[in-house]
Amino acid sequence: MSDDPADPVLDRDHSLHLLHQMIRIRRFEEKCAELYQQEKIRGFLHLYIGEEAVAVGVMEQLTLDDPVIATYREHGHALIRGVPAALIMAEMYGKVEGCSMGRGGSMHLFDKDTRFYGGNAIVGGGLPLAVGFGLAAKMQESNAIAVAFFGEGAVAEGEFHESMNLAALWHLPVLFCCENNLYAMGTALVRSESETNLALKAAAYEIPAWKVDGMNVLAVEDAARRAVAAVRGGGGPLFLELETYRFRAHSMFDPELYRRRDEVEAWKHRDPIVLFTNRLREAGVLSDRDLQLIEEDVQAEVGSAVEFAEAGTWEPVEDLTRFVYSEEPVS
Amino acid sequence: MTDMIKITYREAVREAIREAMRQDSRVFLMGEDVGMYGGCYAVSKGLLEEFGPERIRDTPLSESGFTGAGIAAAVAGMRPIVEVMTCNFSLLALDQILNTAATWLHMSGGQFNVPVVIRMATGAGRQLAAQHSHSLEGWFAHIPGIKVVAPATLEDARGMLWSALEDPDPVLIFENASLYGVQGELAVDAGPVPIEGAAVRREGEEVSLITYGGSLPKTLDAAALLAAEGIEADVLDLRSLRPLDREAIVETVTKTHRAVIIDEGWKSGSISAEVMAGIMEGGFYELDAPIRRVCTEEVPIPYPKHLEEAALPQVDKIVAAAKEVMRR
Repeated sequence: MSDDPADPVLDRDHSLHLLHQMIRIRRFEEKCAELYQQEKIRGFLHLYIGEEAVAVGVMEQLTLDDPVIATYREHGHALIRGVPAALIMAEMYGKVEGCSMGRGGSMHLFDKDTRFYGGNAIVGGGLPLAVGFGLAAKMQESNAIAVAFFGEGAVAEGEFHESMNLAALWHLPVLFCCENNLYAMGTALVRSESETNLALKAAAYEIPAWKVDGMNVLAVEDAARRAVAAVRGGGGPLFLELETYRFRAHSMFDPELYRRRDEVEAWKHRDPIVLFTNRLREAGVLSDRDLQLIEEDVQAEVGSAVEFAEAGTWEPVEDLTRFVYSEEPVS
Repeated sequence: MTDMIKITYREAVREAIREAMRQDSRVFLMGEDVGMYGGCYAVSKGLLEEFGPERIRDTPLSESGFTGAGIAAAVAGMRPIVEVMTCNFSLLALDQILNTAATWLHMSGGQFNVPVVIRMATGAGRQLAAQHSHSLEGWFAHIPGIKVVAPATLEDARGMLWSALEDPDPVLIFENASLYGVQGELAVDAGPVPIEGAAVRREGEEVSLITYGGSLPKTLDAAALLAAEGIEADVLDLRSLRPLDREAIVETVTKTHRAVIIDEGWKSGSISAEVMAGIMEGGFYELDAPIRRVCTEEVPIPYPKHLEEAALPQVDKIVAAAKEVMRR
């Protein structure tokens, strides 16, 4: 690797892996949008398209012991974390084979095996939980770090400030990953915050904050690698502001009255997948054949996920009141 | 015969916390002023010295933050006791209690149970006015996914905490602040008691007085006055508001055929209304008289002593309501 994180010597296998991961999210979600139109998926559906480099770059740096908290825009995070696409798709269908047994849907993906704690549809609500996972890790003297993904809209919530303070005060292993896509649903950051420099908010709690180009997967990966090492090394919490952009509407019901089409088009020129593809081609590490293989692989994965979901079953209505209380005691 | 000790409700809660901390290293207490200050109601006095600041953890005034932290720590294998200073403050943590603690098991399809215990003071009677005096346990009892208990006796104050910590799901413990100073005798070897199920605190055949928490002592006083006038009341302490012991409610009404419900919460849309509904659904044909309720008047709790007293359930009101259903 070169010293400049934006210009490392590209490792072919790893680069193709990153590209593959981003394309997995993109194609999976494009299929979700299609299935939504077909009314196979209902409720809210929040697409991550445009922001893939963030989840891919950060998640690569974590271990399976690290608890991960995300938001209602979390399909990509779940996929990259290792939740099988089939289980996610079945969850979107509301089928009992889904990763949350169909009880959660798109906004509430959970998976014990990968310590993926959702799937939180209350903006800012995941942040105190990340503090708690960090606190448990510290008290248990474990090596795990808690990682919270949240949008910049969350910084307006009291829970953001409470959580930043608690994590810093107690010197907890928490990595705060703020996905700044500039809009809290339809409200632009400049219309909702008196101070739009988010790093200053972290600085108020004595938490180091780094601004990262969230459209450049290598930049995200590099920042995340250093951040994870610092947090895991006992350095206390750290705040990453990942500058990114949502290409699609907030949800499937959004007429996008709040932003100009040319703004969206301008950001699409910085599509993280296109940028990285071009970069790899220029460096001579990606051939047409490589790309074709990735696309074929992803197509097969998404296809079989849809098949799995289609073949899934509905939970019997008699089971309606399960999972309100535990069925077994714990020790 | 079992050796007895003199103990206050406050000390009984403290002993319960101390025992849990000694027996299980995963248990810790977290909340505002639980450490250096010794607890707003002096419940945790002395525990910081014994267990240190990691396990008797003072928090900033961040109810949502530390309640959420307790919830996740519980999911991650710890056994936190989160103390919220008063139930009015718990509204600042309602997002975490309702949207996280009560929903995670369900939303995750049974993957993540939340074994957190959240204690808080509830109730009026100390002239603390309209932001420190309310009884919101009935509100919380509306929420599926959590358990809501209200220890009213020394045995329950001492014994419910351990059972709550052993429970796999979130348990909210409401301690009526008027009870903290109540002194009585408790067995030296008092241990865990179940957190589910009502208890008959006084046997009687003529009228059922159904209550819980801070209203239990008043109700027992009322029952004594009624007895002096020849009316024998059956006093049922609900103990748990969710789950509600509907069988015990119907059972006492089946015995007496008359009921008065005493609840420090407001009347409208309340746990007292739920108890009445339970009688309608399960014991309608047992009734010989309309049910009466003695609840807090529908006002925010006022500051002046005479108005506060007038707002709350009192012994004379309970006696009058019981006589009314007895047509005496």
